[in-house]
Amino acid sequence: MKSYLRPYVGKLVLIWLVAVLSIAASIVMPLIGKDVVDGPVRSGDSGALLPLGLLALGVGTAEAVLIFLRRWTQVGPVLGLETRIRDDLYAHLQRLPMAFHGEWQSGQLLSRATTDLSTIRRFLGFGMLFLVMNVLQLTTVTVLLLNMYWPLGLLVAASAVPIVLVSMRFEKRYIKISRQVQDEQGDLATLVEESAIGIRTIKAFGRRHHVYDRYDDAALKVYRTSMDKVRLSARFFTFLEVIPNFTLALVLLLGALAVGSGALTLGTLVAFTTMMLQLVWPIASLGYILAMAQESMTSADRVMEVMDTVPAIQGGTAVIENPRGHLRFEGVEFRFPGAEQPVLRDVWLDVRPGETIAIVGATGSGKTTLTAMVPRLVDPTAGRVTIDGHDVRDLTLPALRQVVATAFEEPTLFSMSVRENLTLGRHDATEEELEDAIRTAQAMFVHDLPWGLDTRIGEQGMSLSGGQRQRLALARAVLNRPRILVLDDTLSALDVETEALVEQALRHVLRDATGIVVAHRASTVLLADKVALLSGGTITHVGRHHELLAEVPAYRELLAQDADLDPSEGALR
Amino acid sequence: MSADATTSTGTADDTAASETTGTTEGTTGTAVADWRGVASEEQDELSEKVSVLLRARSRRLLGDLLSPHRRAIALLTGIIVVSNAAGLAIPYLVKVGIDAGIPPMLKGSGPATLLTVIGVILAAAVTQALTRQAFLQLSGKIGQGILLELRRRVFDHFQRLSLSFHEKYTSGRVISRLTSDIEAIAELLQSGFDSLVTAVLTLFGTAVLLLVLDVHLGLVALLPLPVLLLVTRWFRRQSAIVYRRTRETVALVIVHFVESMTGIRAVQAFRREPRNQEIFTRLNDDYRGANARSMQLVALFTPGIKLIGNLTVGGVLLYGGWLALHGEVTVGVLAAFLLYLRQFYEPMQEISQFYNTLQSAGAALEKLSGVLEEEPSVPEPREPEPLAEPRGEVRFERVRFAYVEEMPILPGLDLTIPAGQSVALVGATGAGKTTLAKLISRFYDPTGGRVLLDGVDLRRLDEATLRSAVVMVTQENFLFSGTVADNIRFGRPEATDRQVREAARAIGAHDFIAALPDGYDTEVGKRGGRMSAGQRQLVAFARAFLADPAVLILDEATSSLDVPSERLVQRALRTILADRTALIIAHRLSTVEIADRVLVMDRGEIVEDGAPDRLIAASGRFAGLHRAWLESLS
Ligand SMILES: Nc1ncnc2c1ncn2[C@@H]1O[C@H](COP(=O)(O)OP(=O)(O)OP(=O)(O)O)[C@@H](O)[C@H]1O
Ligand SMILES: Nc1ncnc2c1ncn2[C@@H]1O[C@H](COP(=O)(O)OP(=O)(O)OP(=O)(O)O)[C@@H](O)[C@H]1O
Ligand SMILES: [Mg+2]
Repeated sequence: MKSYLRPYVGKLVLIWLVAVLSIAASIVMPLIGKDVVDGPVRSGDSGALLPLGLLALGVGTAEAVLIFLRRWTQVGPVLGLETRIRDDLYAHLQRLPMAFHGEWQSGQLLSRATTDLSTIRRFLGFGMLFLVMNVLQLTTVTVLLLNMYWPLGLLVAASAVPIVLVSMRFEKRYIKISRQVQDEQGDLATLVEESAIGIRTIKAFGRRHHVYDRYDDAALKVYRTSMDKVRLSARFFTFLEVIPNFTLALVLLLGALAVGSGALTLGTLVAFTTMMLQLVWPIASLGYILAMAQESMTSADRVMEVMDTVPAIQGGTAVIENPRGHLRFEGVEFRFPGAEQPVLRDVWLDVRPGETIAIVGATGSGKTTLTAMVPRLVDPTAGRVTIDGHDVRDLTLPALRQVVATAFEEPTLFSMSVRENLTLGRHDATEEELEDAIRTAQAMFVHDLPWGLDTRIGEQGMSLSGGQRQRLALARAVLNRPRILVLDDTLSALDVETEALVEQALRHVLRDATGIVVAHRASTVLLADKVALLSGGTITHVGRHHELLAEVPAYRELLAQDADLDPSEGALR
Repeated sequence: MSADATTSTGTADDTAASETTGTTEGTTGTAVADWRGVASEEQDELSEKVSVLLRARSRRLLGDLLSPHRRAIALLTGIIVVSNAAGLAIPYLVKVGIDAGIPPMLKGSGPATLLTVIGVILAAAVTQALTRQAFLQLSGKIGQGILLELRRRVFDHFQRLSLSFHEKYTSGRVISRLTSDIEAIAELLQSGFDSLVTAVLTLFGTAVLLLVLDVHLGLVALLPLPVLLLVTRWFRRQSAIVYRRTRETVALVIVHFVESMTGIRAVQAFRREPRNQEIFTRLNDDYRGANARSMQLVALFTPGIKLIGNLTVGGVLLYGGWLALHGEVTVGVLAAFLLYLRQFYEPMQEISQFYNTLQSAGAALEKLSGVLEEEPSVPEPREPEPLAEPRGEVRFERVRFAYVEEMPILPGLDLTIPAGQSVALVGATGAGKTTLAKLISRFYDPTGGRVLLDGVDLRRLDEATLRSAVVMVTQENFLFSGTVADNIRFGRPEATDRQVREAARAIGAHDFIAALPDGYDTEVGKRGGRMSAGQRQLVAFARAFLADPAVLILDEATSSLDVPSERLVQRALRTILADRTALIIAHRLSTVEIADRVLVMDRGEIVEDGAPDRLIAASGRFAGLHRAWLESLS
C-alpha cells in the first residue's frame, strides 16, 4: 500500500493541507456572520459593515477554491492508486500457475479487480478524508464544550462511550456480513460467466429454466445477505442518531438546573446547545463512513488474498544458448493436490533432438498432464524434466517457453484478429513465416474470411468450425518455431483428407524439431519415430509402432480399430 | 493493414479508445490499436446521437422497476417527511426549552414547562429513531428488491437471446452488464434516495422559511437560484457523456480480463503475458481517464455550488446588515437568516453527490435497457404448435443459410430424414456440417426456406417442445462447475441417481467415474478442468443420453476418445439409436458404420447420399474417404 502512495506524497500533503484550510474557512464563515450581527448591526456602525461583508465574500470564495483544489488534486493519486493496483493484480494473475486458475473462478477474480478496487477507491477518495475530518471536528467541538462548562462537557464526552462500544461491536459483525455479500456476489458473477460461456450447451438441452433457477438461488442469497446487512446498518445508523439527541435533552435538563442554581449563565447554555447541535450530523454520518471503511478493508483483504499468493511456478535464471531440444523425463511423478493416487509415477522417457515420439494411452491416463510439464504449466511432484541436460525449473520461463510450443487439445482462441491469435507469443513473426505456418496447418481458409487475417474471430474462436479452430491452434504452435513441439491430440477434429495433408506438412516441421505427439489414432502415431505407451500412470513400453502392435496386446487394444473385429458390427470394416 | 482496419472498426468504444490513446502512443503504433481485429457488425456501444431515445428507454425500464413498489415508495416518502420533521424539530424545541422553560424556573414556579419540553424532545428523538430505522429498512428492501428483479430480468433475457447475439456480444460484456452495471445502480439505490429526499425536503422547507421570515431578504437570498439551475444543467449534460464513457471503458477492461483468464493456459504457454499486460494497461488507463473526467467534473461542480452559496451568504450579510442598520429587519431575523441560508446550500452538496451516482446509474441503466430491448433473433412462436409424440422426421426445404450475408454457408438445401433413421454426415472441415446440425436444433433460423420436424416448421414450436425432441451434443463440451452427477443430470434435471448411473453405464463412462475420488460426487472443477478431455466428452455424452430425445445430434461426440472407449460408445449407440432419428457428424468413419445412411457434404451441399455400402461400392467421394480412412488405420 505504502509503495502505491509514494509517488503522490507531495500531492497528498497538499490535499490534507488544503482540506484543513477549507475546514477552517468553513468554521470562520459563521463567525463572521456573528461578528456582523454582534458588531456593526447592534452598534449601528455602518462603516464596519462593508469590510466584514467583503471578508465574508473573500473567505467564502477561498473556501470554494480550496475545495476545488482538494478535489482536483485528489483525482491523480486516488485513480492512480486504483489503476496501478489493478495493473499489478492483472500482472500477478498472469504469473500465477494453472493450478491456481483451475481453482479460482474468473468471476471471483473479476469482482476483485473491479468492485473491490473501486470500493477502495471510493473510500480513499471520499471516506477517509471525511472520517478524519469528522473525528477532528468531534474532538474540537468536545474540547470547546469542555472549556465552556466542564460538567456538561463531560456529559457530552461520556456519550462517546456507548458510541465507541456499539461501533466496535457493529464493526465485527459488519466485516463478516460485508465479506459474505462480496463473496456471494463473486459466486453470482461466476454463475453469470458459466451461463454465458456455456450458452450453447444450455440451449442445446433447453435448460434455460434450470440455469435460471440456479442463478436465482444465488441472487436470492445475495438478496438475503444484503437485507441482513441493511438491517444491521439501519440499527447502527439509527443508534448513532439517537445518542446525540438524548444527550441534548439531558444537557438541556441539567443545564437548566445549573442555570437555576446560578452555576451557568443563560447565554452560555444557549451557546452550548447551539454548538452541540453541530455534533449531531458528524456523529450520524460516522456510521455511514465507518461502514464504508469496513467495506474497503474487506475489499483490500480480498485483493491481498490473491496478491499474496506466491506463484508456485517461478522461473529460474538459466538460459539455453543454442537449444538442441533433448528432452528427458527422469523419474517423474505427478499427483494432483489432495489426490491419493499419483496420476503419473516414475516416468522415464528420453526424446533425442529431432526425434518425434508419440504418446499413446487410454482416456484419462495422464497424457495431457505429462505434456504440460514440459512448458511448466505444471511441475512434477517428484523427479525432473530436463531439456539439453538443464532441469526445466532452472530455466527462465520465457526462455523455456520459447523452446517449447504446444498445440492444446482445446484450441483456446481469443476474440481478436486471426493474426493476433496466431502471433500470440511471437509478435515479430514476418508475413512469410505466418504464411508458412498457415500452410503447414492447412489453415488457408483464413484468407477467405471477410477481412482475411484481420478478421476478428468470435469469442474462443466460436465463429469458426471445429476443424478450423484446431488448425489455427496448430499454426500458432508451429509459428513459434519451437525446438520442442507438443501436439496434444490436435488433429482429432480434422477430416481424413485434411489430416493427411497436415501430417505431410508436419513431417517437415518435425524433421528439425523434437516432437511429442499425443495420439489416439494410428494415423497420427505414424508421425512419430517411436511410440511410448502410457499405462497405469507410467510408461510401460517404448518402441516402434509396428513392433508394439505386434508384441504388446495392451497397445493393440488401444490403437487397432480391428482389435476385436466383429463382422456383424457394420459394413465399414 | 492498419489504416482501413481502423476505420472499419467503427464502434463508439473502439474509435473513442483509439482516439484517446492515439496521441500517447506514437511508439507502439497502430499494431496496438488493431489487435482486436475487424468484425462485420460492431454491436454494443451505441453512438451518442441516439442518447435522447436511450434515455426514454431507460426511463421506461426504471418506471417499470419502480412501479410494483409504488405504495412502498409513497409510504417511504411519508416516513421520511415525519423523520425529517422530527429531526428538524429538535433544535427548535431546544430553543423553546431555553426561552420558555428556564425563565419560569428562575422565577421559581417550577420546572413543569421545561420538563414538558424535554419530554417532547425525547418523544421527537424516539419518533425520529423509529421512522429513521423504518426508512432505512424499507428503502433497503425496495432497493434490494429492485436489484433482484433487475438481475433476474437481465439474466433471463440474456438466456433468451439467440446464439448469434451471444457470439457478437461475448461473455465478458454479459458479465460486465450483470456485475458492474448492476453495482452502479445498487449504489444509487443504497445511498441515493435517502440523501435526495432529505436534501429536497430541507431545500424546500428552508426556502419557505426564508420567505416567511422576510419576503424581501428571502427573495434576495434566492436570487442565485437560476444560476444554480444553469450550473446543474451543465453538469448533467457533461456527466451524461462522461459516465457513459466510464461504463464503456470498464466493460472493455472486464472483457479483456475475463478473456485472458479464460485462456490463461495459452497465454502462459505462448508467452503472451507482456503483450496482454500492455493491452490491459492501456484499457485500464482509458478507464482511469474516464473516471478522472468524472471526478474532475465533480471537482468543478461541488465547489461551484459552494461558491454560489457562500457568495449569497456574503451578499445577504451585506444587504441584510444594511437593512438591519436601517431598521428594516430585526437583528433576530438577520441572525436566523444566516443560519438557515447555510442550511439551504448545504444539501446542494448532497444533491450533487446524488447526481453523481444517478448519472453513473443512468449510464448503466442505459446499457441494461439496451440489452432488455434486444429481440431474440430466434423468437418464440406466438401461437406454438403442439407436438404430442415427436416421431423425429426432419426435413429441410430449400434451406438457405448464411452467418454473414456475403458468405452463404448453405446455398439451398433439400433433405428429408425419415423418423428413426440414423444418418452420418461427413465432409471436409468447414463444409457446413455443424451449421446444418445447428439449424435442426434451431440455434439459428434459416435465412431462406424452412426446417420441419414431423412436418411442423421449427419456428412454430416452442422452446420446451423443441428441446425435448431435439438434443445436440456440441463439438465443445461445456461442463458446469458441480459434481459429475450434476453435469449428467443437466440432460434431465428430474432424473434419479439410478438413472444417472444407468446413463453413464450405457455409454461406458461408469467405470472411470466410479474410479474418481468421490465417484459421481466428484467436483469436475471450473469448466470441467479436473477431467481429461476424453472424460469430459464421455460426461457430455451421458448427459445427452439421459435427455432421451426423439432426434439426437452428435457433433464429433467421440473425437477425443481412445479407441476402446469409442467402441464402447458405438456399441451403446447401436441400441440407443435403434428407434430414434440421429444425425452423426464424424471424421472417424468408424462412427459412421452404425448409420443407415451417409450424407457427404461439400461447401454446403449434399454431394452424395445413400446407404454406406452402396456408396463404398460406387467410386465417389465417400469411397475415396473410406479408402483413405482404411489406409490411415494400418
Ligand atoms: N485438476 C485436476 N485435479 C484432479 N484430477 C485431475 C485434474 N486434472 C486432471 N485430473 C485427472 O488426471 C487424469 C489425467 O488427465 P489428463 O488430462 O492428463 O488425461 P489424458 O491422458 O490427456 O486424457 P485424454 O486422452 O482424455 O485427453 C484424469 O483421470 C483426470 O481425471
Ligand atoms: N458463428 C459463425 N459465424 C460466422 N461464420 C461461421 C460461424 N460458425 C461457422 N462459420 C463458418 O461456417 C463455415 C461452416 O462451419 P461449420 O462449423 O458448419 O463447419 P463443419 O463442416 O462443421 O466443420 P468441422 O468439421 O471443422 O467442424 C466455416 O467456414 C466457418 O468458418
Ligand atoms: Mg488429454
